Amino acid sequence: MAQVTLRNLVKKFDRTEAVRGIDLDIADAEFAVLVGPSGCGKSTTLRMIAGLEEVTSGDIMIGGETVNDVPPKDRDIAMVFQNYALYPHMTVYENMSFGLRLKKFPKAEIKQRVENAARILDITELLDRKPRQLSGGQRQRVAMGRAIVRNPKVFLFDEPLSNLDAKLRVQMRTEIKKVHQKVKTTTVYVTHDQVEAMTLADRVVVMNAGTIEQVGAPNDLYHNPATRFVAGFIGSPAMNFLPCRLEGGGDALSARLSDTLSLALPAARAPSYRPYEAKSLIFGLRPEHITEPRPHEPGLVEFTVPVDVVEPMGMETMVYFTVNGIEVCARVNPAAARPVGEPMRFAADLRHMHLIDPETDLVIEVPAALRGNAYTNGGAR
Amino acid sequence: MTATAEATGAPTRVVRRASISSNRRKALIWSYIFLVIFAVFFLMPPIYMLITSLKSSAEISAVTNPWVVYHPTLENYIGLLTSRQYLTFFRNSAMVSVSVVAITMVVSILAAFSLARMKFWGSTLLATGVFLTYLIPDTVLFIPLFKMFAYVHETTGIELINHWYVLIIVYPTLTVPFCTWIMIGYFASIPKEIDEAALIDGAGYIQMLTRIFIPVALPGIIAAAIFAFTVSWANFLYPLAFTTSTDQLVLPVGIITTLIKGDVYNWGQIMTGALLGAAPPLIIYAFLMDYYIAGLTAGATKG
Repeated sequence: MAQVTLRNLVKKFDRTEAVRGIDLDIADAEFAVLVGPSGCGKSTTLRMIAGLEEVTSGDIMIGGETVNDVPPKDRDIAMVFQNYALYPHMTVYENMSFGLRLKKFPKAEIKQRVENAARILDITELLDRKPRQLSGGQRQRVAMGRAIVRNPKVFLFDEPLSNLDAKLRVQMRTEIKKVHQKVKTTTVYVTHDQVEAMTLADRVVVMNAGTIEQVGAPNDLYHNPATRFVAGFIGSPAMNFLPCRLEGGGDALSARLSDTLSLALPAARAPSYRPYEAKSLIFGLRPEHITEPRPHEPGLVEFTVPVDVVEPMGMETMVYFTVNGIEVCARVNPAAARPVGEPMRFAADLRHMHLIDPETDLVIEVPAALRGNAYTNGGAR
Repeated sequence: MTATAEATGAPTRVVRRASISSNRRKALIWSYIFLVIFAVFFLMPPIYMLITSLKSSAEISAVTNPWVVYHPTLENYIGLLTSRQYLTFFRNSAMVSVSVVAITMVVSILAAFSLARMKFWGSTLLATGVFLTYLIPDTVLFIPLFKMFAYVHETTGIELINHWYVLIIVYPTLTVPFCTWIMIGYFASIPKEIDEAALIDGAGYIQMLTRIFIPVALPGIIAAAIFAFTVSWANFLYPLAFTTSTDQLVLPVGIITTLIKGDVYNWGQIMTGALLGAAPPLIIYAFLMDYYIAGLTAGATKG
């Protein structure tokens, strides 16, 4: 059993505060991904868990034990680095067995563990090679193998796929997920790539400027972001944000986006939004929820605007238009896209909309039952 | 279209492009010219030494072509290799050089590792300081060192001056700074993540050094060792200053002081002695040439 717990964790480098008091509980066997833009403190947090950075204040617990002052080798963790960090003068076998040899494991057991890990990663035939004779993907596998043979309590991954090309990255992503399903070790994984975070994680931890913005299952974060940052960071293309003003009264609230465009909000959401009547807010809606009109789907709000840019992607087409000078992206059926300059009819699915209070940058909470979308299990905030 | 060109009177220009192969040929010709000049310039003395060492004293002083051996003889070689004195010089030189290489390697590997990797207060300043000591010429140092050794003798009774082992204490002042400095460069070029991986794998600092840093930086370490050996084998000033008795001399000084008697120069044996004395570094270079070159050029570009 190895849960990882962070309590009010702070890291200061000279005067700059890289991590500003974060709390996080990672369950045993969970795959947690720390994601955020560069400089958000995610790697620093990981390095503190590894013991490679000293903790300024707060506590790190692994398996219920506070490890703040425990050296890395005694924390029973294994780490995979972005540049693999393989020992260049050792063969793959020696690289993988180095930790076990230092701990004076019996030779037979070392051999068995290395061969077992090599089988899991499909690198058995590479065991006698030196790192320089391997491709990037193979090196990454060896780095993972070195972690697996130790059979640690926690795996730590520091942007392990960033040095690989796009195709290999997708392949290795699946590989990492498979390995985790096989060995079921608690994993903390750091990446700046939100797609990687979404696809790998049991739970995603979104970090920004040294704090945790939101923790939740990938779909939770996607559908119910807690803050403007999370709403904008998760999802590609990013969520559209438009300044708006709430108008009307009673259950008939509408969001005025421009002089000519006003969208009637779902009646069910009125109780949550009513306190913000007549205030300036930010309206958020993902591109896939602005489509061509779909007569069979109820509850879509339609409007017409001229098309600015059309980007065909094959399976779908991105259509851009402007509202009040701000570019908005819609994801439409290729057959429905209109040529540039012509007016096009769009339908907005407001069951997936968000209103953000610009004063706090928090998404205005709507009780799950009133949202009207399928994802109602609510993320931890 | 040519008609239009003629009508407008546009000047037609023939662009002459030198082909890549003729460019390359020119560059090669110049390279050969300069390389041959350098090779001849630097090989002339040792070849002259070899020729002279094969001549008898009579032939050396005779008025003949100095570049031709008319009556080759090994008498100089036999004379030197059977002389106890020369063998003593050789033994002293070997003992001094091997000890200096060993001491230098131990000190500078540990120093370079700690200066490159264990960031501590003043480590950057210390690293610069190590380099600065290398810039002080030995001609400035030998008198203060002489006074120091005399003081050690007065206070402790340990006699250092006029013993070959004094050189084991003196030479590291020349070799350690340079070797430390080049090894700091090597160790710094090893990615930081490798230490961190080793740290997580359970290695302490000593294991990190012996099992990762030394093997990875081996070309650099060998280059440094060759440097230390060459310096301690060939230095002339310190042994001249600190040793006088013939049984305490090392090769460079020994040859000069024993084979030149007054104004009588035993040229044949001087040349033979110098040639034999130059052999050990040559043999070491020959064996470790690949390592040495890899060592000197690695780190020039980021790998």
